[in-house]
Amino acid sequence: MSKTLTQPTTITLRGRKVVGGTARAEALVTRQTISGWGGINEREGTVIELNHELHGQSFAGKVLVFPGAKGSSGWSAFFHMCRLNKVAPAAMIFTRMTTKIALGAVVTRVPAITDLDGDVFELIETGDIVEIDADAGVVTITKSGTATQE
Amino acid sequence: MRLTVEEAAMRDGSQGASIARAMDLLVRYGEALGAERLVKTRNVAGAYNASNPTVADMARDGFDRVFSELNLDSDDVVEIPHMAVPTQQLITGIDLDNYEIQGVDPKMADLQRRSEAYLGKRGINMACTCTPYQVGNVPVRGEHCAWMESSAVIFCNSVLGGRTNVEGKESTGAAGLTGRIPYWGLHMPENRYADHLIQVDVDVDDMAEWGVLGYFTGYEVEENQPAFRGLGNAPDFMKLKHFGAAAASSGGVEIFHMPGVTPEAPTLEAAFGPNDMPAPIVYGEAQRKRTWERLQHASERKLDFVMLGCPHNSIEQMGLIAELLEGRKIHPDTALWVHTPRAIRQIADRSGFSAVIEAAGGVVMSDTCPSISRKLPPGVRVVATDSAKQAHYLPAIAKVEGWFGSVEQCVDSAVAGEWLGVVG
Repeated sequence: MSKTLTQPTTITLRGRKVVGGTARAEALVTRQTISGWGGINEREGTVIELNHELHGQSFAGKVLVFPGAKGSSGWSAFFHMCRLNKVAPAAMIFTRMTTKIALGAVVTRVPAITDLDGDVFELIETGDIVEIDADAGVVTITKSGTATQE
Repeated sequence: MRLTVEEAAMRDGSQGASIARAMDLLVRYGEALGAERLVKTRNVAGAYNASNPTVADMARDGFDRVFSELNLDSDDVVEIPHMAVPTQQLITGIDLDNYEIQGVDPKMADLQRRSEAYLGKRGINMACTCTPYQVGNVPVRGEHCAWMESSAVIFCNSVLGGRTNVEGKESTGAAGLTGRIPYWGLHMPENRYADHLIQVDVDVDDMAEWGVLGYFTGYEVEENQPAFRGLGNAPDFMKLKHFGAAAASSGGVEIFHMPGVTPEAPTLEAAFGPNDMPAPIVYGEAQRKRTWERLQHASERKLDFVMLGCPHNSIEQMGLIAELLEGRKIHPDTALWVHTPRAIRQIADRSGFSAVIEAAGGVVMSDTCPSISRKLPPGVRVVATDSAKQAHYLPAIAKVEGWFGSVEQCVDSAVAGEWLGVVG
């Protein structure tokens, strides 16, 4: 006898709050660090770095899952301007703490979390729905297209 | 985060609204980092100038609004007082003596002029260079600084033994007003040791080769902290400047150690301190060649523009360019811009170097560079530069093709109107 499962798969991870708040949005995942100044367009909320795997893609309104920041010290200023231009990510999940990403997350003023107790690059895929409660340090991932049959 | 009684009072408004906003930002930032406290600094270098179109709209409400938003992350407009500690403007977007050549809207130049007056009145000095250490801001060993500009940060930590993380526009605003910055990362002596080893098996001597080694290093170690073995030639400060800028562009290197050269590495063992020395990453002929090729982003040889002076040139580099250009003319279809700090430009003028460069058809620029200003001569499609950092950034920012080579190759190519260097 086969049975249809309509329950989507969810995964819960715990980590450390960087910036408080809650958000729920689609994930945009990259294993590559991102440059602020020279790496993103602050008016469109897109990655512009040549050869970056997200080149041309928009992070506006997405939960950005990435290792962290690289490049110029203009990182925070460019993500700050993304917020002013209303094209900031909805939240940030990252794995490597630096002054660039810490200050950048603070001034972007979106929920941000790090030090999660699972490999976010294995567990989260672009398109998954990710819910963040940064104050509680909890990330809940709902896999896209996980309504399965057996 | 633990604040001192004085810092808590500053946060609570004892010194006015702007100091309270600054302290609030430093606390949010410090907590995001996981820092336990702040540290005092009397050496701040940041980006405060307001001269781009996005900022122009904000500046209509006054420069306090611009500083409050972009340098303090404050929703409220607070009145900005004099800085609490010595504070410097790093590189900016407009050279007020050359804005017409840059192609800058005169309205933006006027905004820049008014912005500089506003900032100067508040104690922010208009050094306007990416190289504070070339114009008198030389931190002493162990001095806590709050600097932006990745090429200046790596120089401060590695060559001078000053202590700074890569700060940002907002944290340097708050640091100038409070004389505080989170005590985290490279402020802490235990975090300054090497954790990667680069074994250099080729001769690295001239400026261009030091840039290539830096570019290789950044790709290999990313944000980590390399030490070097096998360097046969002691670099001077210009080579270390070029090397560091390259390593901070291809990677996020903020400190490196060269035994016998840099102050925190009397020996290789001292560079690693308590850390285990890992297996070496080898820089040999194959790696050298591959990195040279990686710096070339062009196929067209006909050259429209040559950019020299990133990071900003020293007086010795200005003298060398004048010597190379003496009695020659740059090709009429090619532009040459040479960048040096305003203070060094004065010396170059007095020494006759600027006159030689200008007689050959070049332009001596200060305060800015094409990557920061996003201003190039009109119609440029192909660029050459002697800077690994500029070769990394300019093609992406300005959507141009880019060649990298030595200063001699760049000058000869500017005269010929075509790229004469290596073709990848």
